[in-house]
Amino acid sequence: MSLTSEMTALAPDVIEETSFLRDALRAFRKNRMAMVGLFFVVTLILAAVFAPWISPHDPYRVALDEQLLPASSTYWLGTDNFGRDILTRILYGARVSLVVGTVPSLIALMIGTVMGILSGYLGGRTDFVVMRLADMMISFPSLLLAMVVMYTLGANLLNIFIALALVGWASVARVVRSQTLALKGKEFIEAARANGASRATIMFRHIFPNVVPTLIVLFSLSIPDAIMWESSLSFLGVGVQPPGSSWGLLVAKGKEYLFQAPLVAIAPGVAILLTVLAFNFIGDGLRDALDPSMKD
Amino acid sequence: MLMFAIRRIVISIPVLIGITAILFVMLNVVPGDPIALLMKEHASPEVIERVRAQMHLDDPLITRYFRFLWDAVQGDLGISIKLNRSVTSLIMNAFPNTMMLAASAACVSWIIGIPAGILSAVRRDSFLDHFFMGFSLLGVSMPIFWSALLFQYVFAMQLRWLPVSGFYGWQYLILPALVLGWSSAGVIARLTRSSLLEVMRHDYIRTARAKGLREVGVISRHALKNALIPVVTIMAIQVATLLSGAVITEAIFGIPGVGRISVSAIQSRDMPLLQGSVLFATALVILGNLIADMLYSVLDPRIRSQMTKAAP
Amino acid sequence: MATGDTVLRVRELRTEFRGDRGHVRVLDNVSFDVGRGRIVGLVGESGSGKSMTALSLMGLTPKPQSHVSARSIELDGVELTALGADGLRRIRGRDIAMVFQEPMTSLNPVRKVGDQVGEPLAVHKGLTRRQIRARVLEMFELVGIPEPKARLDAYPHELSGGLRQRAMIAMGLICEPKLLIADEPTTALDVTTQAQILRLMRELRDRVGTSIIMITHDLGIIAEMCDEVNVMYAGQIVEQADVFDLFERPSHPYTRGLLASIPKSTEKRIGRRMPSIPGRVPDLARLPVGCRFSPRCGDVISVCRQEEPALAGLAEGHFARCWVHAPQAATAGGRDAS
Repeated sequence: MSLTSEMTALAPDVIEETSFLRDALRAFRKNRMAMVGLFFVVTLILAAVFAPWISPHDPYRVALDEQLLPASSTYWLGTDNFGRDILTRILYGARVSLVVGTVPSLIALMIGTVMGILSGYLGGRTDFVVMRLADMMISFPSLLLAMVVMYTLGANLLNIFIALALVGWASVARVVRSQTLALKGKEFIEAARANGASRATIMFRHIFPNVVPTLIVLFSLSIPDAIMWESSLSFLGVGVQPPGSSWGLLVAKGKEYLFQAPLVAIAPGVAILLTVLAFNFIGDGLRDALDPSMKD
Repeated sequence: MLMFAIRRIVISIPVLIGITAILFVMLNVVPGDPIALLMKEHASPEVIERVRAQMHLDDPLITRYFRFLWDAVQGDLGISIKLNRSVTSLIMNAFPNTMMLAASAACVSWIIGIPAGILSAVRRDSFLDHFFMGFSLLGVSMPIFWSALLFQYVFAMQLRWLPVSGFYGWQYLILPALVLGWSSAGVIARLTRSSLLEVMRHDYIRTARAKGLREVGVISRHALKNALIPVVTIMAIQVATLLSGAVITEAIFGIPGVGRISVSAIQSRDMPLLQGSVLFATALVILGNLIADMLYSVLDPRIRSQMTKAAP
Repeated sequence: MATGDTVLRVRELRTEFRGDRGHVRVLDNVSFDVGRGRIVGLVGESGSGKSMTALSLMGLTPKPQSHVSARSIELDGVELTALGADGLRRIRGRDIAMVFQEPMTSLNPVRKVGDQVGEPLAVHKGLTRRQIRARVLEMFELVGIPEPKARLDAYPHELSGGLRQRAMIAMGLICEPKLLIADEPTTALDVTTQAQILRLMRELRDRVGTSIIMITHDLGIIAEMCDEVNVMYAGQIVEQADVFDLFERPSHPYTRGLLASIPKSTEKRIGRRMPSIPGRVPDLARLPVGCRFSPRCGDVISVCRQEEPALAGLAEGHFARCWVHAPQAATAGGRDAS
């Protein structure tokens, strides 16, 4: 008996942080789907940034004699009901989708992290209030909640950020809270407390760095969600307003010409699908690399 | 068990009240609304006066909130500005349609998702696994409004198998249910797969094999029940996703349901109608969570006995 | 050696794991016998291969990555290596049964204990539900579960650890197997319950006549329970002897180390550190050249680091794998050669 316990006590379980990150990076690089996703996203970002230079046509030029043209060598994906080039509109729409994918996710992440750490570390009444608030936000069907916000604040890009951040923070807070609870009992936190570190120091110097890998994963997985929600809102007419160009809006406009010119609606949808897929691949890859325990 | 149910319901009441408060504040701080809208549409002074009085717009916000809450408890959600009809009756007329859509979509998602997840887990890393997982990732990554249009174009416009839109019979429900179900099927398939793989690592699976059970028996008699517990509870939580999806599906396929009501309420800036329909949908989500918890305790004897012990 | 009344004869059992980092042989040349109605111990540290031996015999090693081969595994005249996967499945639970270390996790939490205990009957004997229930009730009485009738419909979490292990034993014995493998059956239990379970197993052996392979790291349990002992180290049997012989004349330095580390109740424990074997179990992927125990051995001589010793006979039924303490004849004895 004593022999065995002595043997197991010797087992080293100290993992150096640098080697963890290096291993994670290597695992991520080895994930083929994640690399494909990353390549797609990088290409998309470049295309969106350089849209004015690389897009074949003017996105706002109306040519009523060239309405709803099928795909051709001039108009690779055809034209819409105003004779505008669909590919160009999609390239410009990528700007909206990428911004809407990242900004509200970041806001939601920040709110959720602060709330989650406070809730988990302080416990007691703070925990109760924050968690009930999160329960409420999660009980709203997300799309309806976002619609209500857009109704109240008015349909524009800034308000989409607010609406999506409001929808997203609660689930972040829940995950961060449970991680904080787990970390709270760890020796290094006890040690920091014993050394007289203040609560704020412990929460943001000691606990926060340990939830960062999870946050990266949550961030990468919330981008596709945000893109989906934005395009849904725009599709329903409560998101980006014309003449702005968002993929959801493009599909909505194309809907009326579905029978004559299906590409008008279908092409921007393919853009959404591919972008969401790419981000999902990246997110899955990051999750497997950074936090195997979150693996579904 | 009954005690547990009651306690669980009691706990969700404050959440529901909190939700009404959030919703009420969000919808009632809009400056000038909804009177400004009526003014814009050149409504007669009598109409404006009627709405103003009906909604007690001159009272302070807090008074209005408690009146709203009190009425809502009694099932009165106010009167639609645009349609001048009771919001409750409008919702109750639309709800069966949403219910049918959501229920058939849920069935689609389970019938596809659960077997796909089981097969993927059993034949892990096989072609079948990759196929199903790719398919479900596609389902998860496709915006519903887009797959709806795609299905409409292919099955209704080109192949003419099914009607494009409207709601006059069961055949009108097939496309929307498939569209809505597919997106959930992906989630269910992935969850079933990972849950089953997790369960298969447990010691009692080895015990089952040690008894000489065939692999089919090991999975069906020992792994599946455990693996499906999280899946079944997810199904009840699915309510929220399905309702969000129903908003879009109903709009595209022209189904007169609660989702469509809320969209048209936004378009016509009909605040009481929007407030009522969102509140109703949220109450459904809370009910779904309640059912999920109950199911969980029914399916897992460990939770069950904890509950009977904990219940006073 | 192998008398006519041998229930299990294992010869040159080898188990390998094939992974990304190449092949790892977790069992190497394991050969031993189990006589009818005997209790044979497999003892060693964790990682020595004792549990892997049991799983290999049962055909329960992790599927795609492990590979089991043997010159012969004979169970009561039936050659198990000749059976396919399905043939082995028919043997499992009927002719060889297994009791695992953790009775809590080894029972399915969402199914009733009675159903689980009776399941081998449903699989192998095709009895009706009622017959199975009656038989389970009998077994519950046999293994000393109080209020057996009420326990039939209980869930695992409603039973104590000791009762769960009794239920596991009932499950193992319900088809009256020729061989019961008990893998650390008492490790998860408290001391009093341990003693009860061990007494029960001995009684059942006497009453039912089942042979038992007892896997443990606890030499106290070996002394109390077993007739013969196989000491395992790094995937090999390093000493094989009658239980009295082993405790009287331990030959392999590893066995001696194990014996020295048993706390003796008569000795004062305070202020006296238990002697233990220095070093640790070698990584099976990077085994030392020569004797696998040589890096930790106090009696090591130069040949130990060059060549691997064979299991050599010391006396009737006593073998050891050691250059120093066992005469390594040109034709090595032991069960390797038989």
